[in-house]
Amino acid sequence: MPEAMQERLTDIGPPHYEKFLPPVIKQNYGKWKYHEVLKPGVMVHVSETGAKLFTVRAGSPRLVSTDKIRKYAELADKYCDGFLRFTSRHNVEFLLTKQENIDPLIKDLKALGHPVGGLQNSISSIVHTQGWIHCHSAATDASGIVKAVMDELADYFETMVLPGKLRIALACCLNMCGAVHCSDIAILGIHRRPPKIDHDNLHKTCEIPSVSASCPTAAIRPATVGGKPSVEVIEERCMFCANCYTVCPSMKLNDPLNDGVSIWVGGKVSNARHEPMFSKLAIPFLPNNPPRWPEVTDAVKNLVELWAKNARKYERMGEWIERIGWPRFFKMAGIEFRKEHIDDFKHAGLTFKRSTHLNY
Amino acid sequence: MAETKSQTPKLDELEKGRWPSFVKEIKTAAQKSPMAADLLGQLELSYNEKIGHWKHGGIVGVMGYGGGVIGRYSDVPDKFPNVSHFHTIRINQPAGWFYTSDALRKLCDIWERHGSGLTNMHGSTGDIIFLGTSTPHLEPIFSELTQAGFDLGGSGSDVRTPSCCVGPARCEWACYDTLALAYDLTMNYQDELHRPAFPYKFKFKMSGCPNDCVASIARADCSIIGTWRDSIQMDKDAVREYADRGMDIRSEVVDNCPAKCMDWDGKELHIDNSYCRRCMHCINIMPKALRPGKDRGAVVLLGSKAPIIEGALLSSVLMPFIKIEAPYRQIKDVIERIWDLWCEEGKNRERIGEFIQRVGLGNFLEAIDVEPVAEMVAHPRENPYVFYEEYFVEDEEEEKK
Ligand code: HEM
Ligand code: HEM
Ligand code: SF4
Ligand code: SF4
Ligand code: SF4
Ligand code: SF4
Repeated sequence: MPEAMQERLTDIGPPHYEKFLPPVIKQNYGKWKYHEVLKPGVMVHVSETGAKLFTVRAGSPRLVSTDKIRKYAELADKYCDGFLRFTSRHNVEFLLTKQENIDPLIKDLKALGHPVGGLQNSISSIVHTQGWIHCHSAATDASGIVKAVMDELADYFETMVLPGKLRIALACCLNMCGAVHCSDIAILGIHRRPPKIDHDNLHKTCEIPSVSASCPTAAIRPATVGGKPSVEVIEERCMFCANCYTVCPSMKLNDPLNDGVSIWVGGKVSNARHEPMFSKLAIPFLPNNPPRWPEVTDAVKNLVELWAKNARKYERMGEWIERIGWPRFFKMAGIEFRKEHIDDFKHAGLTFKRSTHLNY
Repeated sequence: MAETKSQTPKLDELEKGRWPSFVKEIKTAAQKSPMAADLLGQLELSYNEKIGHWKHGGIVGVMGYGGGVIGRYSDVPDKFPNVSHFHTIRINQPAGWFYTSDALRKLCDIWERHGSGLTNMHGSTGDIIFLGTSTPHLEPIFSELTQAGFDLGGSGSDVRTPSCCVGPARCEWACYDTLALAYDLTMNYQDELHRPAFPYKFKFKMSGCPNDCVASIARADCSIIGTWRDSIQMDKDAVREYADRGMDIRSEVVDNCPAKCMDWDGKELHIDNSYCRRCMHCINIMPKALRPGKDRGAVVLLGSKAPIIEGALLSSVLMPFIKIEAPYRQIKDVIERIWDLWCEEGKNRERIGEFIQRVGLGNFLEAIDVEPVAEMVAHPRENPYVFYEEYFVEDEEEEKK
């Protein structure tokens, strides 16, 4: 074990990225001319100098053991002189200069259980958050739903048969750590019941002023309950953010009877064609049904296939829905339109239909 | 010591199927780490009860830093004592998420000595996440990390670890050097990153072009997105090659142009670049024939965030075009003016986007000394409630101040 304590380094920042760039990238940095997708998960970038860089992209569960990272490192040593990178959607990318190494690498990746794909008109890995693996405010699990959904959709990762890109993201509560709110399909955990207050213990475990101050909507006020100092929650004001539970374990928000999942559609971040858009509510509530969440996987699969069948080439989910109109979307998707779909937050009026542009 | 106290039939189900399984990863780690074994047990309990079993706790961290470690405690420590403490550590990733196998192995060595052996590669903020350790290990981890050349990332009300797309390292569309800017800002703002002193978090994300591969417009307080001012570079022969190889240029490219500024006469593609919105669609579809122009720079946008508290926001334009050149004074100057104002006037837990909504974009611009321009709005106001601060008063020569 290194004797590291003599000199305590701080504020050194991350390693400089140049240390980790393969020579072909150092030599062609900023000189890339064009790229071609050769087959699912494989692309080549060609430089003005004529140099070529091959990339093989593989899916990953994001939650990986050090053993798996060591396996990635071994593959990088075997095929890529030790160089690899990760993508913004948790995929792992191997950077090759020898074209003949592509197929053996893919074979090894498949043997390791990692599919190759995610480029062009495909589904990339699902950006997601911590869920029951690590977070206290999770209304659902993240890794489990992602695994169950991707088991169903793996074909669309490994091929490029979709009309356009499809980006799915999951956040386990409305804090939306993964900023899922601009995805083609967003899976969002929701709480439906305000915190349950443990009046017997609250005064022992928490400071009442900091509990009331923690609530962003001022829904919590001090109160005496059963002769003990405690707090009360104005339930209509609670928007289930879990701030109070963060500062006080006696304000338990998680609730198996009322927690579940909602589905949002039609967001995008890229500027290509249509400007970036938020995702909009499609399905207000589906139950938590571990380990495979069949209601959620069915709903997502249905939406993907509906879009794949009906969208024009390159049309993202939101562009397609905008063209056909939301009433038709609800009809085609077999989703009942309900009160919950109508916005009642600030500026809700801007989301009402303010024209006669309707079809029948 | 694979002391598996818990049978895990529900999670075992998730070892099946085509997508790589996180359950297998936890089980692999559990062969060496009792922490990972208890994580599995507690997760099975969550799957049975449909509820999480974590609580937030006292603030934990390393000496001199106010962020980088997230304290986490089990609410069923009697059943799963090895995860009674299960803190995460955020480690600042190298720009563009490039690694060598040796660097990864060094990280693994450290983490196997001091934690569960489980990681996220990467967290949604961009950091390397080490999942699960206890307080006594934090200082040793930190010193071994810094010896290996790594440092902690941000958490709490500070600058969060900046992240960027692969940029000029591998993408022909990068309109500026995203890696260089991410690295420079990270190094320049080490203090702001490690010692939370803001009203709330502040995130930088850099994308090299309007495809915005790091989703900066949706999840960064400051989104820096590459673009160009001159004309799209076109190789006319390559356009014809796409056509010859069967691409329907009219329906696939021209009809999808949001600016309706393209035309295809069957032989030649025309672009009226003065109307082009730099959306990237045509370039995405014909990467061999079209490329962004040569006069490149970036749009700087401010304010995106997830829904809590005042509703979700997308970033909006602050600077329609700037050149991105070291030492990046233009960006740093405006950011520092914004921080000064926000630290002075912002409320606790108010993101910059919410702050701007509260005080008004016009007032905000005045306070940071930036001229309003039409590029900042989708359209001008529709309501007539203009609050004038100055007006004329009878018998006074001058305008009243
Ligand atoms: C009251 C508001 C919020 C609370 C209480 C909160 C709480 C948390 C907690 C506890 C974590 C750590 C999860 C874990 O590792 O166990 C986390 C992570 C994170 N948060 Fe938040 N959060 C809030 C708002 C937000 C918002 C508004 C955003 C985005 C705009 C955000 C972005 C993130 C990101 C990116 C992560 C990393 C997640 C990952 O790597 O999977 N958070 N948050
Ligand atoms: C065929 C043309 C395209 C190529 C070659 C391309 C290239 C890339 C590259 C190099 C990355 C990895 C970036 C990183 O991790 O830093 C990436 C990721 C991404 N791109 Fe593109 N881009 C293309 C078109 C687009 C378009 C049109 C969109 C949106 C409509 C888009 C959205 C994204 C997103 C969301 C990611 C994250 C995906 C992931 O990491 O798996 N890209 N793309
Ligand atoms: S989305 Fe919510 S539950 Fe999930 S990690 Fe973030 S704060 Fe925790
Ligand atoms: S969950 Fe959030 S909104 Fe609800 S009472 Fe707690 S702090 Fe307030
Ligand atoms: S944002 Fe643009 S420049 Fe950056 S990787 Fe994506 S396509 Fe390339
Ligand atoms: S970049 Fe977009 S707006 Fe500009 S010409 Fe191409 S398709 Fe049209």
